Amino acid sequence: MLKDQDRIFTNIYGMHDRTLKGAIARGHWDGTAKIIQNGRDWIIDQMKASGLRGRGGAGFPTGLKWSFMPKESDGRPAYLVINADESEPGTCKDREIMRHDPHTLIEGALIASFAMNAHACYIYIRGEYIREKEALQAAIDECYDAGLLGKNAAKSGWDFDLYLHHGAGAYICGEETALIESLEGKKGMPRMKPPFPAGAGLYGCPTTVNNVESIAVAPTILRRGPEWFSSFGRQNNAGTKLFAVSGHVNNPCVVEEAMSITFEELIEKHCGGIRGGWDNLQAVIPGGSSVPCVRGEKMRDAIMDFDYLRGDLGSGLGTAAVIVMDKSVDMIKAIWRLSKFYKHESCGQCTPCREGTGWMMRVMDRLVKGEASLEEIDMLWDVTKQVEGHTICALGDAAAWPIQGLIRNFREEIEDRIKATQSGRTGAMAAE
Amino acid sequence: MLRRLHHEQPETFAFSPANLAWAQGQIQKYPQGRQASAVIPLLWRAQEQEGWLSKPAIEAVADMLGMAYIRVLEVATFYFMFQLQPVGSIAHVQVCGTLSCMICGAEDLIGVCKEKIADKAHQVSADGKFSWEEVECLGSCSNAPMVQIGKDYYEDLTAERFAEILDELAAGKVPTPGPQNGRYAAEPLKGLTSLTEYDSGKTKYNASVQLATDIGDTVKRIDGTEVPLLTPWIDKGARAATPPKSTESADRAASKPAHAQKKTAAPSAKPSDAAPTAAKKPRTMKAPRKAGADDLKQIKGVGPKLEKLLNSLGFFHFDQISKWSAEELAWVDDNLEGFKGRATRDDWVGQATLLASGEMTEFSSRVKKGDVY
Repeated sequence: MLKDQDRIFTNIYGMHDRTLKGAIARGHWDGTAKIIQNGRDWIIDQMKASGLRGRGGAGFPTGLKWSFMPKESDGRPAYLVINADESEPGTCKDREIMRHDPHTLIEGALIASFAMNAHACYIYIRGEYIREKEALQAAIDECYDAGLLGKNAAKSGWDFDLYLHHGAGAYICGEETALIESLEGKKGMPRMKPPFPAGAGLYGCPTTVNNVESIAVAPTILRRGPEWFSSFGRQNNAGTKLFAVSGHVNNPCVVEEAMSITFEELIEKHCGGIRGGWDNLQAVIPGGSSVPCVRGEKMRDAIMDFDYLRGDLGSGLGTAAVIVMDKSVDMIKAIWRLSKFYKHESCGQCTPCREGTGWMMRVMDRLVKGEASLEEIDMLWDVTKQVEGHTICALGDAAAWPIQGLIRNFREEIEDRIKATQSGRTGAMAAE
Repeated sequence: MLRRLHHEQPETFAFSPANLAWAQGQIQKYPQGRQASAVIPLLWRAQEQEGWLSKPAIEAVADMLGMAYIRVLEVATFYFMFQLQPVGSIAHVQVCGTLSCMICGAEDLIGVCKEKIADKAHQVSADGKFSWEEVECLGSCSNAPMVQIGKDYYEDLTAERFAEILDELAAGKVPTPGPQNGRYAAEPLKGLTSLTEYDSGKTKYNASVQLATDIGDTVKRIDGTEVPLLTPWIDKGARAATPPKSTESADRAASKPAHAQKKTAAPSAKPSDAAPTAAKKPRTMKAPRKAGADDLKQIKGVGPKLEKLLNSLGFFHFDQISKWSAEELAWVDDNLEGFKGRATRDDWVGQATLLASGEMTEFSSRVKKGDVY
């Protein structure tokens, strides 16, 4: 198990002093100016060497992303935008960072902005996080008062402004180009890529959009060295990670652990085991609603990292939001609920997604009741394949994958229910 | 999803003075000419003040930001946090119904809402005190099931506890938000499994609950006086910001050049920013010459609204605009309420010089043909 001194978020539960003073006592804001004086290339090289992969779901190498920003300004300012629009069902880790350990994020914002030549950074927090917004803004105010932001921020010689901006309840604004649109005061509809944000993003200027956790871990990585960070987790899956465990475990929680921890260890050590024991485990969604579910029996020995979950289980680590479902859950209804979510959150720009999410939800509606024919399972599969990959952003894919996961893993249950309804008897698998 | 404005609308909307000052501080977060970025925060504050978002509020925000009404309406209907119909006088209850909450009992919470508030979502209860809706994931999944009431999250709920909370609210009390099962935040209920070594004595509440109890505005209609207004990005920011506008100048109709403030001459922090030019007021006229005012809309970037604004500032003719010096241009840029920086960006001086000499630009010929307005 990860030792406490190797944890980056040392106040993730907010039980200790949450002010700037407390953060400094825990080692944050230590030698920030010196890190910056090492220069842009040094920072990016260290981030690349650490093997940090983006914590927002896609797992793109963070150092590489930073290196895409133009080295020389062509007259346009550059921007760092931090994606704090945490809305992926199951995900509740950035909230804990922002309200309880905000100085990790603020220091990271300064260093990352310097590394990409940005004098201004916007944090886009989801609108519902009202208290988190207030807590984070209070921390930003503190930093301005202490000279850690503003002119010559933290005595590094770099002028830097950090602005907190909020949304108003649209899941799609977690997509980077939709987030930029929303930040410009428009509907959150994703943009076509290219041009990529690093070329033309916020206000048409070079922009990098990073997840809160990716930015918040950067200062500690730079202080303790990339070797320290990459000593956790398997090759290509380096570091520590906040896991948000919800659902049917005895003690749901958010906890920082080493990457590549096994699912069993994560659940037994921190969550008090599965409700009703391991035999009662039905299915797990290991990375937030957008990744396919995995059958319980395959999960016990699963290694919680990007490559194992994708390669061996056909799912994904996503945001490491682990949703655990025991045998009391009607799996078809569970996935129907996610279909309803995606239908609700589709921005309506691309036809396959706007219409497809509705179709998928309506078919799922009938599958929950068993009022369908067996062929419709394949038809539904077919529809998911027609949505997937045919939209501007990945919301279409995200809507398709949970259903594909259901059909791959729980086809028998769907068939049983249809047969039961057709023959008029209530089978063991029927709902309730 | 189809979202429309409510069929009954109030006559007017105005921000309270403190909220207006707050709003003007927010606008300063964005670069010149990008005030539209502030639309969501401003609409949200309007809703916090009134409980829901009315048509006059949408229009007032559009006027403040120099945006077309339709653009603001688009935003108001796109984002689900904006309530487009009246809500309960005490609180609007948002029950998270997405997967983690659903499997932990959100359906029972919705049952409580149906029984205690109204059969259907967005309906105001018979006593007018509450309304409710099922919302998508509120991002507190380790504390499922949960609801948001006013500004706060009530987490780790049971149906019984939720019913009690509603009763207490109805009786005029505000129950303490946060986890309702004895947890502090998102740690394991049975005790810490990590971070035990850094104990420094905990405060009574987690950060969210602490703010809720300190400020005490969980279900309050926000008028801006709850917390002191802090805008460090203006007073302490690295970017040379324009000073906040005075309250009366926000009222477009009353904006006279005399109210205009000079741009601070602090050196710019961004190397990309042009060095700020000292602003000087150009010569203006009280009325157009006898032949009548020029059609300023022939200048690309000047619409009916800006034309009116220019007239009110005392500009009626192309040749007036063509004579602006750099300092005078800076003054105009600063005084185009809601359109700051537009004059430089669209090169009005260059365009006006051409138009004053009787020539046409590609844009002005389209205006003349009637293709534009």
